[in-house]
Amino acid sequence: MILAHVPYFVAAWIFLWGLYGIVTSKNLVHQVICLAIVQTSTYVLLLAVGFKTGGTAPVFADIPVGTVVVDPLVQALMLTDVVVEATVMALLLSMVVKANELVGTIDPEELKIMQG
Amino acid sequence: MTVLQWTILLLVAAVAPGIVLSREPKEQVVTLSFYGLLFALLFFIFQAPDVALSQIAVGAVMLPLMIMLALTKMRRQNIRRERETRK
Amino acid sequence: MSPRTRTQLFLISALGLATIFTWGFRNLPPIGDYRGPYGNLISQVAVYERHTTDVVNSINYDYRACDTLGEEFILFASVLGVLLIFRPSTSSNEARNNQKNKSEKRQPWVEDQLPVSDSLRVGMMAMAGLMIVFGVYIVVHGQLTPGGGFQGGVILSSVPLVVYLSGNVKAFDRIVSASSIKFAECCGAAAYAIIGISALFFGTHFLTNIVPLGATGDPFSSGTIAIISICVGLEVSGAFVVLMEVYLREVIDERLGKKS
Repeated sequence: MILAHVPYFVAAWIFLWGLYGIVTSKNLVHQVICLAIVQTSTYVLLLAVGFKTGGTAPVFADIPVGTVVVDPLVQALMLTDVVVEATVMALLLSMVVKANELVGTIDPEELKIMQG
Repeated sequence: MTVLQWTILLLVAAVAPGIVLSREPKEQVVTLSFYGLLFALLFFIFQAPDVALSQIAVGAVMLPLMIMLALTKMRRQNIRRERETRK
Repeated sequence: MSPRTRTQLFLISALGLATIFTWGFRNLPPIGDYRGPYGNLISQVAVYERHTTDVVNSINYDYRACDTLGEEFILFASVLGVLLIFRPSTSSNEARNNQKNKSEKRQPWVEDQLPVSDSLRVGMMAMAGLMIVFGVYIVVHGQLTPGGGFQGGVILSSVPLVVYLSGNVKAFDRIVSASSIKFAECCGAAAYAIIGISALFFGTHFLTNIVPLGATGDPFSSGTIAIISICVGLEVSGAFVVLMEVYLREVIDERLGKKS
């Protein structure tokens, strides 16, 4: 029984590792990349929720309509998310570049001190 | 779940800490690109071809590209700042 | 607080979070045992109702088109944010440095061709044309096979990159600084909203599929799904090319020998 829940635990594992990376980071770019990893953990969870044993891809171009397919709804959720993630990361990275230009460092500890 | 699905799932779970534990962004870009490719395989093996297409183009090419472009811009700013303080 | 304290505090709370995850995942159905009604229902009716063979894209651009509109505008807004953050400001240190460096800096090489090997140059030039055709194919066949606007748009946006890799910086500069790319991106984003609003003029809800549906398996079947897919492809490819241009502006200018 516990073996059948392993994909959900993989999603939680990746989520916690990404969170660890954000908390203990000494470089803002490293933090942004760990945020991307936290986002990928949600893809594993969605994939695991929608999977059906013996199902095939939900594209009926060459298979008859009644065949068993996996859930297409969660795939629709993931599809736009993957592309939008890259642009949001670009926005975050542009803020990191601006911080480097104005303050001179990308260490979160030093950034905090300079604000005081 | 078949053996292939187990393998790719455990491989993804093993590579994620690798990205977090490589502290330099330059090293992380390479591991992130590999992780993106692994994810595209994961989507393909779990019968999601649309998402796999997105992930190949974005996660293996566009995301590491954005990170490297940001790193390049920051390196130029640092070089310019050093040149100014040296004068 | 010091980094060590923060790490220890995080490990304690991560343990708590892991316990909550384990407790929450106990009652989820085991993987492979899909019970939800919507997936089964959509797989049975989508092909007949919308004359499309790719159910995922019919959900994205028709059944839940409003959500995709929101996601597309997230993309548009982040590109707008990047453009705003990197806008040239005359009062910043960077502009002052540029003024100083203009007189004294000698370029290592001032030519519009990067020194790349011949095989790379030929290979990349050959790939550029192929990739444009492939990208347009993926965008236009979104309703028939896996593909659609998002995927095809990203593939199309990596074509200028291939041109840059072949060493031709001048061509890359001409492609990415063309103002028609920004115009095309805005047109793609606006056309999606206009298609939705035009459904209101026909007396139905926002973003209803009003165009005649056509035969299943035809490239221009399934009504507004194909049209919206093309608009999204325009918008996504424009967005990524604009992002590349904003980040690479300095590098291009230096290679071409002119300072901004």
